[in-house]
Amino acid sequence: MIRKEYLIALQTITYKEIRRFLRIWVQTLLPSIITTTLYFLIFGTLIGSRIGQMKGYDYMEFIVPGLILMAVISNAYSNVVSSFYGSKFQHNIEEMIVAPMPGWVILMGYISGGVMRGLIVGVLVTLVSLFFTDLTIAHPFMMIMVFLLTGILFSSAGFINAVYAKSFDDISIVPTFVLTPLIYLGGVFYSIDMLPTFWQNASLLNPVLYMIDVFRYSVLGESDIPLQYGLLVIGLFIISLLVISLRLLNKGVGIRD
Amino acid sequence: MKALEIKQLVKRYRNGFVALKGIDLDVQQGDFFALLGANGAGKSTTIGIVASLVNKTSGSVHVFGHDLDKEPEEVKRCIGLVPQEFNFNQFENVFDIVVSQAGYYGIPRKKALERAEICLKQLEIWDKRNVASRELSGGMKRRLMIARALVHEPKLLILDEPTAGVDIEIRRSMWAFFKKINAAGTTIILTTHYLEEAESLCRHIAIINKGEVIENTDMKGLLAKSSEEIFVLNIDSSVGLIPVIPGCSIEAIDETTWQVSVQKEAGIHALFNELAALDIKVTGIRNESNRLEQLFLKLLAQKERNND
Repeated sequence: MIRKEYLIALQTITYKEIRRFLRIWVQTLLPSIITTTLYFLIFGTLIGSRIGQMKGYDYMEFIVPGLILMAVISNAYSNVVSSFYGSKFQHNIEEMIVAPMPGWVILMGYISGGVMRGLIVGVLVTLVSLFFTDLTIAHPFMMIMVFLLTGILFSSAGFINAVYAKSFDDISIVPTFVLTPLIYLGGVFYSIDMLPTFWQNASLLNPVLYMIDVFRYSVLGESDIPLQYGLLVIGLFIISLLVISLRLLNKGVGIRD
Repeated sequence: MKALEIKQLVKRYRNGFVALKGIDLDVQQGDFFALLGANGAGKSTTIGIVASLVNKTSGSVHVFGHDLDKEPEEVKRCIGLVPQEFNFNQFENVFDIVVSQAGYYGIPRKKALERAEICLKQLEIWDKRNVASRELSGGMKRRLMIARALVHEPKLLILDEPTAGVDIEIRRSMWAFFKKINAAGTTIILTTHYLEEAESLCRHIAIINKGEVIENTDMKGLLAKSSEEIFVLNIDSSVGLIPVIPGCSIEAIDETTWQVSVQKEAGIHALFNELAALDIKVTGIRNESNRLEQLFLKLLAQKERNND
């Protein structure tokens, strides 16, 4: 049974995290809306009209799910990596370490913050997309589930990055050199059917591909990869990253050493 | 009951440096305990281990009977920590920092708000509750850390140099506050560089040097070990030859200022009698330094000699 004190502590961390990103909304919420609007405008409206259809959909319709999920991924990741590293840098992580709560409460608190930011940005970007296309969501519950799963997965990844980070450079290297290429090569702007066989197979190693594919299924009702397979891969990634995060936190790596 | 019981505590850092070489330390419930030592002696490492901020290499720590290894959450619940460095979020406001800390201890929000108000009022920073913590003065930041440490009503309060960098007026008011909460039953462990602070507040004292406890006794007992006191005297006019007085050694700082070391058994009365007999008038007198400071330096020097 989970103790009531743990739930209060979890609620406190989550509330603090939400308060943090809402306080600096110009840095946290607004940029994704502006960049995604530009993507919609340039790739969707201007260039997209010349591309024609992709997998039977207008290009704009095809890229909308990927662009929404791209915003969710980058926001969930950057929320946790910057907040947790900031707490390490200012030493206020010690406020939590000295308190009687287990590591999983701290981890879930940070992940909840990342998921909430991803969710809010995802909803805002979805609303913006309505100005550019008539979005009919095929499976709304699946859409919310993918929002949450993606948020959890990339918040955990951001957490691990923050644990190992020793400088502010370290928290920008992974998003720039790993996350962004994975997102761009994860089928946001194209279907992997367009790639030669070798690159199709290579793309299957990219976890972002599965998320975008499942998310595209929830919006358009069609996917490149069988749905169950996509969900399984996402689930395995989440479990692995959560286990690693919790082990690092309980051992005090980057905090108590 | 023991508030803190440390046995054979060892801390070896990854680079091989041994910060604690198997120390033993007991602090009784209700005590006001001073933990002294030079920079790098191992005080903060000891405190860090007790507060779960540093992993120990070996040894045991019990807080109010709870084993740090087996019941870490019970240990944490007993402790309130005021660290040496400011470690709150610089962008959060004062009230949120204290309320959040209560939340981390599982205190329901309504109660957390009430306790935060009480603590901030006790520490006289309630009127700054909506100010971002980075905008507070140094003294107020110290008081914020004390309020935060007290919000869950700990039985053991650990103060790691709580008055560093604060002016004398605020320091005195903080002393009065510490005495008050100690009298109300909170056990306090204090580390400080102001030895006057330790002498005036604490009943027991341990001195750590290079990872070892070299003295662990009660304050009165330690001060009784002092065999001499040093005074600075101002005399009314220059004297040709410095007089020789039994039990005292006099050194001239300038023509009208002397530093006099008086043996305890000789007493200051004998010094004044001799000076009066020589028709030397004393116009001013002050302690050259704090008694505890002299003892502290003496013990460290003694330890160094023993090591050589």
